[in-house]
Amino acid sequence: MLAPWLVHLVLWPPLLVSVVHIIGFTGYTTWISFTSSTLIPENDFVGLRNYNSVLASRNWTIATENLLIFGTGFVVLTTAIGLTLAVLLDQRIRAENVLRTIYLYPMAVSFVVTGTVWSWLLNPSIGIQKLVRGLGWEAFRFDWVVDRDMAIYTIVIAGAWQASGFAMALFLAGIRSVDADLYKAAQIDGAGPWRIYRRVVLPAIWPIFIAVMVILLQYTIKTFDLVRALTGGGPGIATQLPSLVVYDLMFQRGLLGRGSAAAVLMLLYLLAVLLPYFAFVQWRKRRNARHG
Amino acid sequence: MSALRIAGVRKRFGAQEVLKGIDLEVDSGEFLVLVGPSGCGKSTLLNIIAGLEAPGEGTVEIGSRLVNDVEPKDRDIAMVFQSYALYPTMTVRQNITFGMECRNVPKRAQDEAVERVSRLLQIDQLLHRKPSQLSGGQRQRVAMGRALVRDPTLFLFDEPLSNLDAKLRVEMRLEIKQLHRRIGATIVYVTHDQIEAMTMATRIAVMHQGEVQQFADPETIYNRPANLFVARFMGAPPMNCVSARVVSAGDGLAAVIGAGRPDAIQLPLSREAEAGAGAFKDRAVVLGIRPECIAEEDRRFGADERGSIAVEAPVEMTEPTGAETIVLMRLGGEQLLGRVSPDVRLPVGGNARFAVDARKLCLFDPATERLIA
Repeated sequence: MLAPWLVHLVLWPPLLVSVVHIIGFTGYTTWISFTSSTLIPENDFVGLRNYNSVLASRNWTIATENLLIFGTGFVVLTTAIGLTLAVLLDQRIRAENVLRTIYLYPMAVSFVVTGTVWSWLLNPSIGIQKLVRGLGWEAFRFDWVVDRDMAIYTIVIAGAWQASGFAMALFLAGIRSVDADLYKAAQIDGAGPWRIYRRVVLPAIWPIFIAVMVILLQYTIKTFDLVRALTGGGPGIATQLPSLVVYDLMFQRGLLGRGSAAAVLMLLYLLAVLLPYFAFVQWRKRRNARHG
Repeated sequence: MSALRIAGVRKRFGAQEVLKGIDLEVDSGEFLVLVGPSGCGKSTLLNIIAGLEAPGEGTVEIGSRLVNDVEPKDRDIAMVFQSYALYPTMTVRQNITFGMECRNVPKRAQDEAVERVSRLLQIDQLLHRKPSQLSGGQRQRVAMGRALVRDPTLFLFDEPLSNLDAKLRVEMRLEIKQLHRRIGATIVYVTHDQIEAMTMATRIAVMHQGEVQQFADPETIYNRPANLFVARFMGAPPMNCVSARVVSAGDGLAAVIGAGRPDAIQLPLSREAEAGAGAFKDRAVVLGIRPECIAEEDRRFGADERGSIAVEAPVEMTEPTGAETIVLMRLGGEQLLGRVSPDVRLPVGGNARFAVDARKLCLFDPATERLIA
């Protein structure tokens, strides 16, 4: 048994730090977003002026559009690749553990490294385009990273490369948790492997789909370092994301009020994803409790 | 006609041999129960019959057709699992029709089959529900319905009642037995519960350590167990197995429990038993006697008075179950269980008189543990 004073010593400082840092600074940022602060914080209330100005800016519009493209592309592609890898790994193959580790490895790399490496691979003059041309296909073009309309998709590719292994691990765990008798029953019923996955296994693990998608979606909203390292938001502002806008407003242009307003908008986006998910989790818990 | 023939089936997982040469033959319409303690290989054998696992050696024939290389779906079988294995995201109806859907049975025929089976099993009210909304007994019925729509050559049951509570288990046991009588199907049923085996089977295969210890009808298994394992495994409370000695008594033979002791008990052997016991005259044997063959002193066993032998023994403990009282006593220095009428009050710690039915004694060779008489 720990001495009571030790319990207090262990519990209170971290709690205090968390409260100050998370709730305190979130609250402070929110307050700043309603002031006319520029380089240094002011305490004058100006209403929604900063929000109006951020929402009206082209920068923010493009960032939000990009977030939609990136979010959809990244979640769909990562889920698809992760699910495919999980189903392939589920075939009781040799060296499964080794392969699983390899697929999970990108997760251990920081987004900055991923972004940098992919920026080299995608750079037309030193990367994949150069390689294929060197092999003899002189007309080969793969210059998405410098193409205004396509650059956002390179971020989707790099992001999917990094996160697919993680999605795979979750899906594989889900598939493995399905009662082995279900496979046997389906086999005797005459279902082939494709039908067993499509009709029996994958429907049985639908909560995992939701979990994977929510985790990936909140990733996309917070994405900063990947874009920063891969395209720097460019060409121009073609791959701008909300987090880059916040950074730009706060630290490049020194507009604390507007930057804070953008940050609070990001928080609202996040809540729009997470609150329905928590409501869903609660609903399932209650439903399971009812059915025992 | 033989519905199932298994010949020389062996299976090993790594270094462990789980099936060591199984031979079984089941006629059409029979109810075969594979019974044994966990790890005896009975479920592996069932999986091999179903085609979910391949035998290492040996052949499996279903309906006189060699099926070693036939897919599970083409073996004309249906299976009911311990966990029921109902597809969790499908409704009861979809669960039942999934197999027909895979076999491209026309929609009309599917509906008719669901109609017929759901009425037979009284699940027609549940067709639109999901498995999670059903009770254990209802899930069990749906699992059986899924098997029944197929109308297969062979039904396979893998411990289907183990997940039910005791009361429901007894009900479903009766129901499965009635179902078997009504549709005349051939069933292979795996269980570790010897009561299920005794009550439902037309033939029982008792398995232990990857071998069939005895393959016979329930009465033979119970009264003439082939070896000590079967004797101890079948029946609750189990058969008393005590060391004894074969001696001559008058013009016949007898088995003596506690030979040389003042409280030795001598039980005469029947004419049939003497043939096998002759070779063990003046040697040690293991004597098997069912608890119900030891009862209160005024009990008469059958019409023949001579079968009943009176003994006096100290009572060590009693267990009243309501319908009868199980009594632990000492005979010739050995502990034995008896079953007496519930209205008999026995003095725990004191002596009481009992009647012993000597007609159904079993003698086993202590070295090989096989039945000798």
